[in-house]
Amino acid sequence: MSVEVAPAEHAHGHHGDLAHQFEQMDQQNESYIVGMWTFLVTEIMFFGALFLCYTLYRSQAQGVFFEISRHHLNVLLGGTNTVLLLTSSFTMAMVVYNAQQKDRNKQLIFLTLTILLSFGFLVIKGFEWSEKFQEHHVMGPDFHYGAPPPTPGVQPLATGKDVGYEYQVHDYQAQMYFSLYFGMTGLHAVHVVLGIIVMGVLWIMIFRRHPAVQYYMPVEMTGLYWHFVDIVWIFLFPLFYLIPHP
Amino acid sequence: MNFPIWPEQASTFATEVDNIAYVLIGLTIFFTVAVMLALMFFAIRYRRGAKVDRSNPVHTSHTLELAWSVPPLIIALGVFAWSVVPYASVYNPPKDADEVYVIGKRWMWHLQHADTGIRENNELHIPINRATKLTIISQDVIHGFYVPEFRVKRDAIPGYYNTCWFQPTKVGKYFLFCTEYCGTNHSQMGGWVYVMSAADYAQWEKQKGRKSGSFEAKATTPADEGEALFRQYGCGNCHTATDTARAPSLVGLYGKERTFTDGSKVPADRNYLRKAIIMPENTLLKGYGTVTRMPSYKDLSEDDINQLIAYIQSLGAVTSAPKVATTDTTSAATPSSRGAQPTRNLP
Amino acid sequence: MSASALKPGALGEVTSAKRLHYLNWSYTVRDWLLTLDHKRIAILYLVSISVMFALGGWAAAMIRIELTSPHGHILENDTYNKIFTMHGVLMVFFFLVPSIPATLGNFVLPLMLGARDLAFPKLNLLSWYFYMAGAALTLYAIISGGVDTGWTFYTPYSSVYSNSNVVLALVGIFLAGFSSIFTGINFIVTIHKMRAPGLTWFRLPLFVWATYAVSVVIVLGTPVVAITLLLVVAERLWNIGIFNPVLGGDPILFQHLFWFYSHPAVYIMILPSFGVISEVIACFSRKRVFGYSFVAFSSLAIGVFGFLVWGHHMFITGQSMYTGIVFSVLSFLVAIPSAIKVFNWTATVYKGTVWFTAPMLYAMGFIGLFTVGGLTGLFLASLAVDVHLNQTYFVVAHFHYVMVGGAMMGYFAGLHFWWPKITGRMYPEFWAKLAAGITFIGFNLTFFPQFIVGYLGMPRRYHNYPSEFQVWHIMSSAGASVLAVGVLIPGIYFLYSLKYGPRAGSNPWGASGLEWMTQSPPIKDNFDEPPVVTWEAYNYEDEVVEETVRDQAAGLEVQRELIGHTPPVTDESKRTDTRPGIPRNE
Repeated sequence: MSVEVAPAEHAHGHHGDLAHQFEQMDQQNESYIVGMWTFLVTEIMFFGALFLCYTLYRSQAQGVFFEISRHHLNVLLGGTNTVLLLTSSFTMAMVVYNAQQKDRNKQLIFLTLTILLSFGFLVIKGFEWSEKFQEHHVMGPDFHYGAPPPTPGVQPLATGKDVGYEYQVHDYQAQMYFSLYFGMTGLHAVHVVLGIIVMGVLWIMIFRRHPAVQYYMPVEMTGLYWHFVDIVWIFLFPLFYLIPHP
Repeated sequence: MNFPIWPEQASTFATEVDNIAYVLIGLTIFFTVAVMLALMFFAIRYRRGAKVDRSNPVHTSHTLELAWSVPPLIIALGVFAWSVVPYASVYNPPKDADEVYVIGKRWMWHLQHADTGIRENNELHIPINRATKLTIISQDVIHGFYVPEFRVKRDAIPGYYNTCWFQPTKVGKYFLFCTEYCGTNHSQMGGWVYVMSAADYAQWEKQKGRKSGSFEAKATTPADEGEALFRQYGCGNCHTATDTARAPSLVGLYGKERTFTDGSKVPADRNYLRKAIIMPENTLLKGYGTVTRMPSYKDLSEDDINQLIAYIQSLGAVTSAPKVATTDTTSAATPSSRGAQPTRNLP
Repeated sequence: MSASALKPGALGEVTSAKRLHYLNWSYTVRDWLLTLDHKRIAILYLVSISVMFALGGWAAAMIRIELTSPHGHILENDTYNKIFTMHGVLMVFFFLVPSIPATLGNFVLPLMLGARDLAFPKLNLLSWYFYMAGAALTLYAIISGGVDTGWTFYTPYSSVYSNSNVVLALVGIFLAGFSSIFTGINFIVTIHKMRAPGLTWFRLPLFVWATYAVSVVIVLGTPVVAITLLLVVAERLWNIGIFNPVLGGDPILFQHLFWFYSHPAVYIMILPSFGVISEVIACFSRKRVFGYSFVAFSSLAIGVFGFLVWGHHMFITGQSMYTGIVFSVLSFLVAIPSAIKVFNWTATVYKGTVWFTAPMLYAMGFIGLFTVGGLTGLFLASLAVDVHLNQTYFVVAHFHYVMVGGAMMGYFAGLHFWWPKITGRMYPEFWAKLAAGITFIGFNLTFFPQFIVGYLGMPRRYHNYPSEFQVWHIMSSAGASVLAVGVLIPGIYFLYSLKYGPRAGSNPWGASGLEWMTQSPPIKDNFDEPPVVTWEAYNYEDEVVEETVRDQAAGLEVQRELIGHTPPVTDESKRTDTRPGIPRNE
């Protein structure tokens, strides 16, 4: 059965990339950009509620947050993750630039780098998390923090598992901390995974010279998303890893 | 047929609330009727087929827009302001109000009169024309304590105390409802509030307060029970008559300002005291280091905590030399004269 | 193509040959379930939303039956609790929030803008699948044991104590929330970017303004409730303690997070109805909406102010008195833009030409009922009175007046108004008017007594109550049976009209708006050519006086007389618009 009834064809020129609901390319491009920004606004509200909970509970138990952070969160690993993600944002920006330049090879190179860096992020995260599983710091029936009693003469700035405790940490307080930690970094990690999947699909499409990526818009939108994911981590890192002495 | 249209006004608050409600009802009727009449009038007058003058229709008029925005705005703000006053007063009970502890749990209300210690379940007997203050908390989920004829309602929240007060003005028996959905028997979680004349109330107190021929002696006041708990849990081992390096003194504590390790200050009200008892690690006082030595008394029931706080409230200021800790049994409980708590010393 | 040169068949009107449009170009299941056409997606939503509405309505019937007796005998406690939860969850999340945006908005918005489709058709389809997934999960949660927390899911009851299928239901609602978010994103981009040439913001129909405000509210508010519900899920599954005071959490934090969305949600539910009412009143008064820019800006104002008042649901939780004062004054202020709209609509009718069609009757009913609903909201905004009325049936009556008397009536008005455009058929006008009247009467009989019994102190979510209140409950339940009839009748005649209703032309109402300038039902791409707009919205007053339109050639049995109220401007130099004239069924 034939599809259209209207005798007249669409008036716009048949640019292969132009979706049928749009009239012109720049209308389409701007629409995608506005759409992606709007979506990022929803993501800000999504994470924002969690940041609110974090702010509330940390302000009530600053010593607890400080202690857990310095004992069980490795600033080196977290810092490395930060560097990885920041670099991946840079490589992603290069992908976008090269997409605008229509340079297929450079797009593929930088996209590969971005994906590798993101995998690196996830690998390090995996190490951190598996450690927490082993130490029973994951919420659930097996949760157990078991802080030793505070000892006098603890250096405020020392970090590491063997440092003594200046503030007392009860299990239920630790549970709150770790709930927020896993909730927020977990949600972030989900977004990283989704980003990697999208980048993977993009990679394949660029490799196969798929018509949809002959124009730079899909890459640009992915870039926007990826920068957002990076920014969330920029907030998460200091909030969990760099908690100062109260 | 005899059915109610309007609830009785049985408290001072009820009259104030109803007056505002009458005005709001008037406004609702006025605006609804005005709008509907105008709409019907225009619709019928200007129905198609009617030969009326439709020339020069108006499509916009800033004057009209102002005319129907600003007066409603003023009225709205007026009603708002009027309504703040009774609401604010609910937050500020008179100093000599009779206090009643209320504990909501699934699915009943436990009440205890603070002065006599008399306990009631799902019922509250109070004297007419005296301010009564309720200190409400829940043991499990959020409940709501509601007496419609007093126009008073407060949520019972697990974890902190809510207070409200009212002054009943009419003798009678009034509904008590739970108004925050709490599960299976939410709609059966209610009871009665009995407002009695002063004489009837005194007699009731005597009857309840002194059970002749029963196992119990007369009801002990919360402060007495609190003292017993204080001993039972050995609080006096650390909390002595004066501040020591181990623990601050509790004498005269109630209402004093406390400074925490991060510099913030709160007055030592009920919520602070409750938290300090069951989660002392979250109320680290300045000058006591970063660690609390106090064990957490998480397993105390809300009732126990009420007694303990009542006891702490009853601890007056230290008069002269600090008292040596002795097992003091002299402070036998006596029915207190209304409103005055005996000053106690630590055991 | 000039619409003034209309002849039968020129717009693809009814001719002896079968014409192709968005409904009949393909009948395969695949072309429905994988459609990218916003019109088909709107139909998919219409069907699924109607099913959820029917289920939620059945739950309401059970509630009202149970409440005829003060010491309920028909339903067990737990069952009753599950039934009212089902009613709330299905009606709020699966009917009211998506109703107008996802059905009427999806269908009409691109047409109104002169566009071929929404900006992101695939996102649109994805949105429907999220809705279906959410609905399936939630219904499964209900059927396989039920949820008994109330639609508000207050903690710690929902997160710790309830023994029902809370997690399943919450995940279902979470998915429905994302369906809503996707629709919101789509609408924002479409309205910004896909307006026809010449269609400036202030030439837009007010339905578009309302849809835009709604979409912004959806995009800002829904993610917050999504994460909040996930936190409750996490608390149930892993005991994280965030809302549990025993573990150092705060149950009131849940209420703040929940109401931060759920109060704007009620504006999500009502704003689209406002948009529909503007269209209907303008069309059936043959007159531009009075104070167009005031109505447009008031939609935006309601969207913004709506985010500032959530604390009025929490006046009795013991929050600081000053918090209460701030929320109370803001709640009074948010009433003003709604009042402005009501007055503007009423003023629109002045010196108009009024047709008492079914959509118009629904719209007029809306104005009355919404006024009552909105003003009774002031009782609840008022601090002292709210102490008495919070969590009583007064609140129930208030929100049903605005949600059913308001939002639902607006939805019905819109369905009737755009039915000929959507289906190409006319519904039977007599039955529609009758249903409107029955609904109006039944609605008032059902919910007015609830104001009274609420002020008397009857708490919400009670199925056991003092016998003194029984009279009012019986009155309410009796009214509910009338309301049920009023709501069922359209279901029947709408279905009937699909096969037996007279075919509609492109513009049976003689309405303004681009959607009426294309055939009914529209072709797949909506317009043969994208229109170019050179006229203002609601330009009803260019009509020719005393023109009688017979439509027998098009197969329509109805005679419509378009009696304008201004004489036609014969001096061309005085015409400010060069609009091609309202297409008629000729």
